[in-house]
Amino acid sequence: MLDVKRIRGDFPILSRKVHGKPLVYLDNAATTQKPRQVIEALSRYYSEYNANIHRGIHTLAEEATAAYEAVREQTARFIHAPSARSIVFTRNATEAINLFANAWGRKFLKPGDQILLSEMEHHSNLVPWQLIAKATGATLAFLKITDEGRLRLEELETLLTPRTKLVAITHMSNVLGTINPIERIVERAHARGAIVVVDAAQSAPHVALDVQRLGCDALAFSAHKMLGPTGVGVLCAREELLEAMDPFLGGGEMISDVQLTSATWNEIPWKFEAGTPNIADVIAFGEALSYLERIGLDQIHAHEQELTAYAWKRLSSVDGMTLYGPEPSAEDRGGVISFNLNGLHPHDVGTVLDAEGVAIRAGHHCAKPLMRRLGVAATARASFYLYNTKDEVDRLIEAIRSAQAFFGKSVGVRPQSEKSRSFKLGV
Amino acid sequence: MMEQLDELYREVILEHFKHSAHSGELPEAQIHAQGFNPLCGDEVTFHLKLGDGRIDRVRFQGKGCAISQAASSMFAAALEGKTTAQARQLIEAMKALMQGTEPDETIDLGDLEALSGVRKFPVRVKCAALSWNVVEQGLESHAKQPAT
Repeated sequence: MLDVKRIRGDFPILSRKVHGKPLVYLDNAATTQKPRQVIEALSRYYSEYNANIHRGIHTLAEEATAAYEAVREQTARFIHAPSARSIVFTRNATEAINLFANAWGRKFLKPGDQILLSEMEHHSNLVPWQLIAKATGATLAFLKITDEGRLRLEELETLLTPRTKLVAITHMSNVLGTINPIERIVERAHARGAIVVVDAAQSAPHVALDVQRLGCDALAFSAHKMLGPTGVGVLCAREELLEAMDPFLGGGEMISDVQLTSATWNEIPWKFEAGTPNIADVIAFGEALSYLERIGLDQIHAHEQELTAYAWKRLSSVDGMTLYGPEPSAEDRGGVISFNLNGLHPHDVGTVLDAEGVAIRAGHHCAKPLMRRLGVAATARASFYLYNTKDEVDRLIEAIRSAQAFFGKSVGVRPQSEKSRSFKLGV
Repeated sequence: MMEQLDELYREVILEHFKHSAHSGELPEAQIHAQGFNPLCGDEVTFHLKLGDGRIDRVRFQGKGCAISQAASSMFAAALEGKTTAQARQLIEAMKALMQGTEPDETIDLGDLEALSGVRKFPVRVKCAALSWNVVEQGLESHAKQPAT
């Protein structure tokens, strides 16, 4: 059991009020709040040892370089990467995927090659592949989803062809909460000679990751969704792939030698970190990782499972409610619940919830193809983290009831979509 | 906060959302313009039929929140009977209303005045503005077409 009361004490923002009511923050899939340990690390860096890294010969530069590189080691340990050399810091998960898509794709993809994605991808694991397919003449194929919001794995065998060179798949859906069986996908893809890139933006904060057990070739996530600051992403990739790829961005730090018309590259991972990196935020991200390690990912996951099951049950009891994604009793589901209220648009629901101090997300969640698959324009979404409580779920339910009271039950005349919903779901 | 919510969702807005007299198709229209709000996925298509130098009939189709759909309905109603020049003035007046500056007083906003409460909810301004942004684009690309 987590000591949630004590944990909440570490997050200054959780004691603020919104529109006169205590904040209930349920938008953790978008970004999480930061504990004071992370906030203080930022301030300490700027107050005590701010310097550019890797090239200074003075004390401050040495201290900053050591702190920055220590977080690379810590990140490798956090996801059980074989070495720190396989960890590249980027701006966010999106940039990490773009880096890999460009640096690997431009070198190894040829016209007619195929990239296999799924219908449940966030735009960040879809659009970079559309761009690289266009640039290289490769084509895209898609693994469809079932009405329960799971991948149609039985189609994997037919979709994986000798032309498939790469599979890019989310570990956990930011809309449905579904956790995908990466190990199984990797095993099938490798058997066909394709490499696998995993978007772990939603899973890294909530599930203990072991990239060696997953067996994937590359994996990306963002610090800000796991108590860290914005502006830091991680790409973890097999060393031999990083060695074989050309750089993504050119500039300082990523070179070994430079002539007027040519250059040679620095060793990995620095080959992929052109220019001054986000030193302060990487260092503060180390505090976020320490915080999560101290509490334990397994404990956090168990707490979220309990909250999700409770929230699902309470949400199901609301009239006119549709819930998306696998039932919470399932093992393969995380703490993200998307929902719609009959006749009410998620934006209108979100505005009334905000008036009650409850922060949720409303919209397409950067997953427009998935929204079309669900037959909706948008959904409302509540997502949980280690500091959320059952009382907060109760506040969510109360706020939903006030939204219904505010708009009146007669509002439900305009369907959200002309298309009938093939997605059964909900209760 | 509840007063602000009432201000945002005035009765007339909810009425337009529930029962719009202007929703539907208009195959004989000369201008068809579609737009999305990339942030939230709201979408709206306007159909404008021109005749005698005026906007004769307007219909819209869309998916989205109460604000975006009610704004479309009220805006469609306000456009009917206007010249394209007057329509442009109305668009400017709505932009001014959203920015909190005083719109041109000589322009009758009709029901659209009810949208003044939206500006207290900055994230929702885009919902309302979708309708006139779409029509503005439609009018512009129509004006660029060679006369037939």
